[in-house]
Amino acid sequence: MSAATSSPTPGVIHAGSRRKAVFRRRIVPWLFVMPILVLNLAVVLGPALSALYYSLTDWNGIRPPTFIGLENFRTLATDPSYRHAFRNNVVWLLMFLTVPIAMALGASSMLAPVKRGSLFFRMAYFIPYVLPSVIIASLWRGLLSPDRGIPGWLNDHGVPGFDKAFLGDPKTVLPAIGFVDNWHWWGFLLVLFLAAMQNIPRELYESARLDGASRWDEFKDVTIPGIRPTLIFMLLMTAIWSFLTFDYIWILTQGGPAGASEVLAVLVFKEAFRNFKAGYAAAIGLTMSVFVGIVISIFTLLRRRGWEI
Amino acid sequence: MELPAIESRTVDLPDAVHPTPDAAVPGGRRDASLIPNYIVLILLLIFSLGPLVILTFNSLKTKAELAKNPLGFPQKIVFSNFPKAWEVGDFSVTTRNSLLLVAITVVGVLFFGGLAAYSLAKLDIPGAGLLTMYLLIGSSLPIQLYLVPLFFVWQKLHLVNNHFGLALIYIATQAPFAIFLLRSYMVQLPRDFEDAARVDGASEWEVFLKIVVPLSWPGFLTVGLVVALGVWNEFLLATVFLTEQELFTVVTSYNNFASRFSRDWTLTSAASLMMILPVIVIFLLLQRRFIEGLTQGGLKG
Repeated sequence: MSAATSSPTPGVIHAGSRRKAVFRRRIVPWLFVMPILVLNLAVVLGPALSALYYSLTDWNGIRPPTFIGLENFRTLATDPSYRHAFRNNVVWLLMFLTVPIAMALGASSMLAPVKRGSLFFRMAYFIPYVLPSVIIASLWRGLLSPDRGIPGWLNDHGVPGFDKAFLGDPKTVLPAIGFVDNWHWWGFLLVLFLAAMQNIPRELYESARLDGASRWDEFKDVTIPGIRPTLIFMLLMTAIWSFLTFDYIWILTQGGPAGASEVLAVLVFKEAFRNFKAGYAAAIGLTMSVFVGIVISIFTLLRRRGWEI
Repeated sequence: MELPAIESRTVDLPDAVHPTPDAAVPGGRRDASLIPNYIVLILLLIFSLGPLVILTFNSLKTKAELAKNPLGFPQKIVFSNFPKAWEVGDFSVTTRNSLLLVAITVVGVLFFGGLAAYSLAKLDIPGAGLLTMYLLIGSSLPIQLYLVPLFFVWQKLHLVNNHFGLALIYIATQAPFAIFLLRSYMVQLPRDFEDAARVDGASEWEVFLKIVVPLSWPGFLTVGLVVALGVWNEFLLATVFLTEQELFTVVTSYNNFASRFSRDWTLTSAASLMMILPVIVIFLLLQRRFIEGLTQGGLKG
């Protein structure tokens, strides 16, 4: 500024063009980012930070909130439905760390050596992943119904143990919903694993075979180490998502029967929009983020400790 | 705190882009030894597609037949379930609502996400690391954390029960994925054209619009498809932010429809089929782009 006013000769042009260059190098890039950044701050970061505050209040969404300290968290610690929901999230975590991973690993190692029809199989397994959750849920609600569904058919044809309403029984409801969610999920995993397997050098398999390795040896000594980064990444994502799962449970049972399939996300939804305990709901949402944070920290810690994950 | 980088996936999975069946595959055993593989694969095929086949069968049955034959092929094929479901499900309205949401969101994500991606890829934006970090953290925050305060803020701003208001949330939440994917496309573009244009006096805006966007259109197409699919299928936000019946999306109104007609499976099956057929067809036509986008943006369940 001062240079421009004190010397009204070539310096003006020089300073002006330099200012222009600075503007172009430093300001313009931020102008390109600004619209989406502002929107993201307004939608994600702002409300997320305010949730920290609301979790310490008795806010009901309408009246101004009163600060009540850690009261919500004290309530939460003794709330049996919170504990129950958390336990269900852990059960969900264990189910999804095992069943879909095993299915996708098995199927992708079966599919990897196949050439004829490979693309067809892959597409077919992937299709459920692109369908909306409400459709999948309603389709399986029918298919799992005791009178007209597949369990009834199996029962009529002499397969024992299928004469019950899997979605209506508190003992089976959570695995049943997990089954439905997994139907749409495992094919996605398969495609990821398959893509990773196709990057494993062929020679590794050839030399394993020269050493007399069985198919199982190949799988555990070549395939698994070969896709390890993808596998670990998906285990991590599964662990994160397991604490956030909502859609299938809400659509199929709304947490029922009698709270048997309630998870934390369902609890947040009910407390906020049914019971108008917005402050309490924010507190539950905050604990969910803490669990996600813990998952990520454990992962990072193991990696620092030299686990190659 | 180290976050699961979306970008690391592109490094892990270069072949997700072009899954060539002929790439080095484990095995390479003779065809005869693949028979067990085919048996397992076909069983899994039945598991994946069987329910959809039954859905199609049921959409073509009369109510009376479905009661007797809930899983098998229809004895007498009727098409009347489709117009009826279209009518009682109010599909002409909900389809329009969903398409409107998809359109606003896709345009918004591509435009604003594209601008940000350009800045990150080509303009050496000061503070790029910080910005990337923020986008990664923001995209891995659970929606339940900010859902409640967001709802009440949106209510104050009269953005609840407003398609534009919901689209704004979609644009914001889909943006990080879009930015990272578009950036990875733009980084690969040679700088020569841009620099030539800059020497000729083009502004960054002109370089973006006339050179970078046309050259990175496959990235825009991929992101557009994935975002469109995500918005079309989205349930939680649409349920919370649209509570008036005439604003419902295909998905939220189907959910009501399915509980209202839970006893009439012919009708719900026909409605389901009408909703998913366009999705399946578009997916099959553009499967490479879909899979590329979905596997690389895998941060959403």
